[in-house]
Amino acid sequence: MQKEEDIEKIELDLLLDALHQRHGYDFRHYARASLRRRVRNALAKLGRQHISDLIPALMWDESLAHAIISDFSITVTEMFRDPDFYRAARQVVMPYLETYPFFKVWVAGCATGEEVYSLAILLREEGLYDRATIFATDFNEQALKKAQDGIYPLKDIQQYTTNYQKAGGKQSFGDYYHAEYGSVIMNPSLKANITFASHNLVSDGVFSEMQLIFCRNVLIYFDRTLQNWVLRLLTESLGTGGFLCLGAKEALEFSDVASQFKVSDAVQKIYQKRRPG
Amino acid sequence: MMNGNQYAGDKYALKYRAVVIGASAGGSAALEQILPALPADYRLPVILVQHLHPQQDGPSLVYRLDYCALHFKEAEEKEAILPGYIYFAPPNYHLLVEDDFTFGLSVDEKVNFTRPSIDVLFESAAEAYGKRLVGIVLSGGNHDGAAGLQAIQRRGGLVVVQDPDTAEVAFMPRAALNAVKADYIFSPAEIAAWLPGLNLVATDGVSTF
Repeated sequence: MQKEEDIEKIELDLLLDALHQRHGYDFRHYARASLRRRVRNALAKLGRQHISDLIPALMWDESLAHAIISDFSITVTEMFRDPDFYRAARQVVMPYLETYPFFKVWVAGCATGEEVYSLAILLREEGLYDRATIFATDFNEQALKKAQDGIYPLKDIQQYTTNYQKAGGKQSFGDYYHAEYGSVIMNPSLKANITFASHNLVSDGVFSEMQLIFCRNVLIYFDRTLQNWVLRLLTESLGTGGFLCLGAKEALEFSDVASQFKVSDAVQKIYQKRRPG
Repeated sequence: MMNGNQYAGDKYALKYRAVVIGASAGGSAALEQILPALPADYRLPVILVQHLHPQQDGPSLVYRLDYCALHFKEAEEKEAILPGYIYFAPPNYHLLVEDDFTFGLSVDEKVNFTRPSIDVLFESAAEAYGKRLVGIVLSGGNHDGAAGLQAIQRRGGLVVVQDPDTAEVAFMPRAALNAVKADYIFSPAEIAAWLPGLNLVATDGVSTF
């Protein structure tokens, strides 16, 4: 007789296979502990008892399937999360971008967009926004839609304002949004150079010759194999000398691509791609 | 069962493989008594979630624990969990234990209004370590840790709660005691006296206490 938790592990493997075969979303190399929590939350929300109860729904109920996929992949973020990182990016990365008449930036795994708006504000304040082409991508369609709308709850603005100030913001954060009915909408001018697009880091291809890539708090959700896979993809997408910015608790020192980068800021996880050879 | 197979045949194998501790308001006073009692050769890793202000860098007691014999270390993602360390969750991240006894981190939504959450650590650790886990809930002002202790107990792990009468803030120990029948209800001094001896207990079922 197998124990309950062993049966659950089999169920989870089957569920992930079902998601992959039926919908093309591959969660098989996600770190399991977090994924298991998300699956349990989805079970509770849908009032199902067993993980395998989700499989028929995934097969036949298109809208429920998309809700489940969305729940599995949604990430929580905030504007100017880790203000010290933005301060460092201002000092380390912006002077490099300044040397280009035009440059390309990729925010990989942009979720609901808080980070891409933070970056847009940073570029604007450094006088570089008009030279930038910004790609903001995620495979979670619901999150991407929110990012594109640029509408956020007013209750979070106090925290974001504090973050912005700590990040070395040069104006008033209130200059960048318009508040209405408990929400704020980000200034449309911040979106002018942003292209929002669906892209799955697990299964889609490279972008070419980026000068800057943000991929923050994405890799912590992956196992080592997938981390290396995604890091290779990001490395191939960067031009020589381009910068890669990871989350505060992510690092590439122990990954397959470590030798291709120079560490610009070890604490803030800012890396610069070396010349080949 | 993975844990059973992994340790079968090792006659020196320990009955427990890790200690997880949850602390919130008032928890520092208890930790200051408990953690320095652990010897440098303590054979179980200790994993700690202490609720903090998100802007705070690490447990408020770090600077007061220089006299701890074990290394005090922020847990890193994919890091192997080893004896000799007291690991603490990075501020503003959930800390989880993976089935291969490495750490995972997440920035998923807060649980019980907090990140890191004690329940998130305890529930994942319970799945990884099964019955070879010791869970301890200390002083605090919310019910985080109660569901986590339930998960540990359900899998046969050992469950310890600080005696609410000895806690600066009794709410969290009380919530834990409402959720589980604790194996021990101890004062911090009693935990400090008992915990170092725990690793003497062998898998052959012969208990030393």
